[in-house]
Amino acid sequence: MPEYETHDFDVIVIGAGGAGLRAAIEARSQGLRTALICKSLLGKAHTVMAEGGAAAALGNVYPEDNWKVHFRDTMRGGKMLNNWRMAELHAKEAPDRVRELEEWGALFDRTKDGLITQRDFGGHRFARLAHIGDRTGLELIRTLQQKAVADGIEVFMEVKVLRLLRDGDGAVSGAVGYWRPTGEFVTFTAKAVVLATGSIGKSWKYTSNSWESTGDGVAMALWAGADVIDMECVQFHPTGMVWPLSVRGILVTEGVRGDGGVLRNSEGRRFMFDYIPAMFAAETAKTEEEGDRWYDDHSAGQRPPELLPRDEVARSINSEVKAGRGSPHGGVYLDIATRRSPEDIRRRLPSMYHQFKELAGVDITAEAMEVGPTCHYAMGGVRVDADTAATTVPGLFAAGEVAGGMHGANRLGGNSLSDLIVFGRRAGMGAADFARGRSGKVAVDAGQVDGVLAAATAPLDREEGENPYDLQHDLQETMQSLVGIIRTGSELEEALGKLEELEERATAISIGGGRLYNPGWNLATDLPSMLTVSRAVTQGAINRKESRGGHTRDDYPKADPEMGSVNFVQRIPEGTGGTAGAGGTPSIRTITVTPEPIPEMPDELKSLMELEEAH
Amino acid sequence: MADESVSDGGAAVSDGGAAVSEDGAQVTMVLWRGDASGGGFVEYVLPAVEGEVVLDVVHRVQATQAPDLACRWNCKAGKCGSCSAEINGKPALMCMTRMSELPPDEDVVVAPMRGFPILRDLVTDVSYNYEVAKRIPPFHPRAKTEDEVEAGGYRMAQIDVERSQEFRKCIECYLCQNVCHVIRDHEENKTAFAGPRFFARSAELEMHPLDTTDRRAILREEQGLGKCNITKCCTEVCPEHIKITDNAIIPLKERVVDASYDPIAWLGRKIRRRTKGTAAEAAATAPATGPAAVQPPVPVQGIPGVDGDEDAPYDGGTFDPDAETASASQATE
Repeated sequence: MPEYETHDFDVIVIGAGGAGLRAAIEARSQGLRTALICKSLLGKAHTVMAEGGAAAALGNVYPEDNWKVHFRDTMRGGKMLNNWRMAELHAKEAPDRVRELEEWGALFDRTKDGLITQRDFGGHRFARLAHIGDRTGLELIRTLQQKAVADGIEVFMEVKVLRLLRDGDGAVSGAVGYWRPTGEFVTFTAKAVVLATGSIGKSWKYTSNSWESTGDGVAMALWAGADVIDMECVQFHPTGMVWPLSVRGILVTEGVRGDGGVLRNSEGRRFMFDYIPAMFAAETAKTEEEGDRWYDDHSAGQRPPELLPRDEVARSINSEVKAGRGSPHGGVYLDIATRRSPEDIRRRLPSMYHQFKELAGVDITAEAMEVGPTCHYAMGGVRVDADTAATTVPGLFAAGEVAGGMHGANRLGGNSLSDLIVFGRRAGMGAADFARGRSGKVAVDAGQVDGVLAAATAPLDREEGENPYDLQHDLQETMQSLVGIIRTGSELEEALGKLEELEERATAISIGGGRLYNPGWNLATDLPSMLTVSRAVTQGAINRKESRGGHTRDDYPKADPEMGSVNFVQRIPEGTGGTAGAGGTPSIRTITVTPEPIPEMPDELKSLMELEEAH
Repeated sequence: MADESVSDGGAAVSDGGAAVSEDGAQVTMVLWRGDASGGGFVEYVLPAVEGEVVLDVVHRVQATQAPDLACRWNCKAGKCGSCSAEINGKPALMCMTRMSELPPDEDVVVAPMRGFPILRDLVTDVSYNYEVAKRIPPFHPRAKTEDEVEAGGYRMAQIDVERSQEFRKCIECYLCQNVCHVIRDHEENKTAFAGPRFFARSAELEMHPLDTTDRRAILREEQGLGKCNITKCCTEVCPEHIKITDNAIIPLKERVVDASYDPIAWLGRKIRRRTKGTAAEAAATAPATGPAAVQPPVPVQGIPGVDGDEDAPYDGGTFDPDAETASASQATE
C-alpha cells in the first residue's frame, strides 16, 4: 500500500478561488489552524477569469439602489427557484464585502466623487457591478491571495483531493489526495471541511471553464452522503468566442453589452428585440432609440434587450443560428466597434481587446466579434444552510459555485463574485464554529485511506486499457450534444445510457508514466467526478419537465408552477454507494432524485417582489 | 526517459478533424521531456490545424501520443499565467502564442522555463516566487476620514488608482522572473533578490493611494533592488505589457535613492518627523555607509557588459563609475 503523509488542522478549505480564500481568511482570523488546498498554483483558480464585476447595491452610481432591489432582481433572474434566504443575505452583505476588499488593497475603478464606480449588467435594474476594467476576478483573487499570505495561512498547492473521509458517526473528519508535482499521497485530518471547488463545466465540449472545473466538490459531497440540488440548472453564457475552433467557448464578458455592445444577426438586425419575454417586457426597451437613451440615463427609457438575463439571451442566439441567420462560424455578431470610440473600448474592455487581437486576429474597435453560447456556470450544487453554509453532512460546508440554491435556475452576471465573498466568509464562520464545538481528537481511518489509494493507483498498474483522454472526449461529446442548452426527454434518456457505458469504460483506464506530474493520471482521477456530476445534471434534467432559467426542455417549453415549487434533490442514500464506479467511487447509478418543496419566502420579502412588480 | 522520435501523422484530431488543414500539412513539435535527473528533446509530428495556439498542439500531443506529457495550464486565455515556457527560445505563454505567428516549415521547439528547477517535462518548480511573496510587507491602509466613514468607502481619484492598477494587471506568469539574468544565471542571488515581479508588487503598494508602509529599506537591504541593471528584459516578455522597468523599478530606485543618499532630504526628515513610516524607517533614512553607498546617485545606469549579453560576468550590481553608461531608454534596442 502506498505511504502517505498526514497533516492535522482545525479547518481545511478545498479550493482556492474567491470562496475558498475568503473562507480560509475567516477561519484563520478566528484563530483556527487553517489550511487551504488547491489543485493548481495559488492565484490561478478560475476566479481570475471573471471579468465584468461584483454586484453589490452600494448605491454609488444610482443612490436609489438598495439591497431590496438587488434581492428582487436576483430572485427574478433565478426564476424564483432560488433559496430566498441566500438571496437575501447576499443582497444585504455584498456591499460590506466589496468595501472590505478595498480595505485589503483592491483598487476598483472610481466615480467622479472618488467612490467605487459601478457598471450595468443583464438583469440588474441599476448599474451595480463594482469592477476594475474587465479583469475584476483577477483583482479579487489577488487581493484575497495577498491577504491570505499576509495572514500566514498554510497553503497546499497543486494537491488534488480524491475523497472526503468520515468518522464512525458520519461526520467529515478530513480528506485524502495527492501532490500533483510528485504524485505522493497526503491526508488531512480536520474538525471541519469547507468545499470551495468551483464548477463542473469541463464535462462539456465548449465551455468557458478551465481543466480544473471537473465538479470534484459536488461529486465528493455526494460520495460522502450529502444532498445536492438543482443540478439540471446549468448556465450557458450567451457570449463565448466561436472562432478559431481552439478558443471556442472562451468567455466574452457581458460587460461588452453593459457598455453598449449590441447583438446582430447575419442580416444586421438587432434580433434581441424579437425575443423579449412577457416577464421582462415592462422593463425592456421597445425600440433601438429607447434602448440607446438608457445607457446615458436610466430614467430616459428602459434597458435594451441585449441586457436581459443570460438564459434569455443565450436561447435567442441559439434560435437565430438555428434559423440560418448566424455568422460564418455558427455564432452571431457582437458589435461594440460602431458604438464606442476605440479609446473607450480599449480603456473599458482592455482584456477583451487583447484576447480578440491575440487569439482571433480581430480588432474589436474596428469589427464585430463572433460569439455564441458556452457552458459557463452551475447554479445547482451542494445543498447548504443559508446562514452557516453547512451541508447535510456534519462538519462539511460549501461555498461559491459548488454550493446550490443562491442563484436558482439562472444566475445574474456579477452575482458570482459577490456570492464568493459573502458565502465564503459565512462558510469560514460556520466551519470555525463547528470546529470549536467538536470535542475529542479527529482521527483518520487507515482502512478508508488505503481503499482510496489502491483505487487511485490502479490505472498505473493496469497493463492495457482505456485512454483517459478518449474517455474525456467522449464524455464531452455526449454532454454537449445530448445535455446542452436545449434538451429533450429522449436525448436525456440516451445520455443516461451513454454515461453508464462511459462509467464502465472508466473502471478500466490504463496510463503509463508513473505518478510524478502526470496529466494522464491526473485526468484519470478527475473522471470519476466528471461522470458523477454529468449523471446528476442529466437526471435532474429528466425530472424537471418544464423550462426554467438555464434549463430548457424542447418537449416542455413552458415554465410549470408546480415544478417551480420544488428542488430536485439528489443523494446517495447511506449504505448504498459501494465502490463499483470509476476509481472505486460509488457507481453513478446509485444517485437518487427526489422532489422536495423549496423553502417558502416570508411575507415581508414576498411583498418586496409584489411592490416592485407594480412599478 | 523516452528518446525515440514519434511520428504519427494519422493521429486522431480532437475535434473530429473539422479544421485539419486540407492540404495535409503537418507540424513538428520538439518538446523537452525529462525531470530533475535529466532529459532531452523529443519530436512529435501532428496534422496542422487552423487557428491553434502552441498549447493546443501540446494538448493534442498529450491526447494522442504522450498521455503523461507534463504541462501546466489553466485558463487558456492569457489570464492565469500558468503555461509559461520558452518557445523557439523565447519566453512566452503557450496559450497566447499562435502557431501562425511562428515561422512556417520550421519545427516548434518548446522548453520549460530555464530560470526555475525542472519538475517534469514543461513544468518547473516556481515555489521561489511564492517564498518571495511572503516577504513583501503587506498592504496597510490609512484610516478612513469622517467623510469616508459616512460615504461608506474610501475616496480615491481614478487617476491615482491607475498607477497601481497597471501593476495589478500582473497574472504572475513569472516570465519576468525567468528572464531576469540577476537570477537566471546566478542561482545564488535568489536569496537576496526579489525579482521584477515583486519589485512591481512593491511599487504597486508604494504608489497605492491608501498604503502607509514604507518598504524602501527592505527593498534596498533585503530584496536587492540595486542589483537590477535595468536591461528591461522583464518588460519585454511581460504578456500584460506592464512597463515593469520604467514604471515600477526605476521609480522605486529613485525613492530608495532619495531615502538613502540625498543628504538634504535626509536632513529634512530628521528635522520634520514623517507621518508615514515603519519600525524599519530609521535604517532606511540613515545615510548609507559601506559598499552600498557607492551605488549611482542617478538610477538610470546600465551595468556595463550585461546589456544584451547574458554570458557576460555579473558583478553583483556594484557601480563602476568609469564604465560606459546607458540611459534607460537605450538599455534595450
